[in-house]
Amino acid sequence: MPSLKDIRNRIASVKSTQKITSALKLVAASKLRRAQEQVEAGRPYAERMGRMLGSLAANVAAGAGGPRLMAGTGSDKVHLLVVMTADRGLAGGFNSSIVRATKRSIVQLQGEGKTVKLLTVGRKGRDVLRREFPTLIVASFEEVGKRRLSFADADRVATKILEMFEAGEFDVATMIFNKFKSAITQVVTHQQIVPFAAPEAQAAASTEAKPVYEFEPSEESILADLLPRNLAVQIYSALLDSAASFFGAQMTAMDNATRNAGDMIKKLTLVYNRTRQASITKELIEIISGAEAV
Amino acid sequence: MVDKVEFELVSPEKLLVSQPVFMVVVPSADGMLGVLPDHAPMIVTIKPGVIDVYDNDMTTISRRIFVAGGFCEVTGRRVTVLAEEAGDVDTLRGLDRAALESALQAARAEADAAQSETERKAAEQKAAVAQAKLDLQGTVLH
Repeated sequence: MPSLKDIRNRIASVKSTQKITSALKLVAASKLRRAQEQVEAGRPYAERMGRMLGSLAANVAAGAGGPRLMAGTGSDKVHLLVVMTADRGLAGGFNSSIVRATKRSIVQLQGEGKTVKLLTVGRKGRDVLRREFPTLIVASFEEVGKRRLSFADADRVATKILEMFEAGEFDVATMIFNKFKSAITQVVTHQQIVPFAAPEAQAAASTEAKPVYEFEPSEESILADLLPRNLAVQIYSALLDSAASFFGAQMTAMDNATRNAGDMIKKLTLVYNRTRQASITKELIEIISGAEAV
Repeated sequence: MVDKVEFELVSPEKLLVSQPVFMVVVPSADGMLGVLPDHAPMIVTIKPGVIDVYDNDMTTISRRIFVAGGFCEVTGRRVTVLAEEAGDVDTLRGLDRAALESALQAARAEADAAQSETERKAAEQKAAVAQAKLDLQGTVLH
């Protein structure tokens, strides 16, 4: 039986934990709002980029042997997995679900006799994956968008990926990240970024009044400029999604933690009061029986 | 009412400008390109330079926007510029000349020392942007 003082201490400690979790929840909620705004603000660019690519691809794809970023290297021996996690934890299953999906992909790809390389964004994913696959990680980025995610952050990641691609270090690249669905649900998504699949469905859908474009300098050279940029845009929007998902997951996790702490305090208070009453009763009995004995 | 063309300037982070204008002049890779309503559809690359916006009449430039390269899509009704970095020219002129010059030097040195093709291209792009910003400093506008 713990003493009264022990119980009092525990209640105090749970209370301070609750204060921290509820503060974190509020912080996550406001950051989530900002992240969502950023996702919204980034949409027009991505949309127009997709439209442009669609009309370009329709023109260029006819002649085979387009740019390598779109046509691929002709083999799929080496896979690069771009794993996006957060730098921090306290967000429920946010990081672990990504890591789990990554492990599954690695095992599957290796089972097919392919070489797997990892590029990690975010400290949590890197730490866990490094323990299990120390030789696979070829590059990692940390503290991406620590204050506010900017396009330059995405560009850094994209440049690294492009460099590796130019050097022939991989054939296929896939991003694994949490897609933001709502504040409480995130969907682990695999998205292939190299070779880039042209948005053909989109191009076909917008045939109503499809203008015949002139290109300056030429389709090929515009496409050659546009594709690396598009890679950066896709990474940027994935990073934004991941950031929004992170704050959503953190908010939910902290909400649960706050509630659990509340339950815990209630239970401990009950035990505390019972113990206090028991000790008072015991003292009374002792006094009374002492008085009777005289 | 004279015809106008919808001008949109978008950066990866947000939609910067969206307004009807009489004419825009964009710095395309092959030279300045003036766009009026009902222009033939085009897709062009943009080099670092200044976009001139004419939204009151055909003769006065109402806004000058610096862009650090990007792409431009022209349809009959709309001009969409996807810019990598954009800002009003006036804010740029406040920049320090010496700082820009050293940025240019640094970018050129970086291009020379670059290991890979991608690195060299990125550095050259940086140099071109710094050069364009420097050119702006010299000019007297309006």
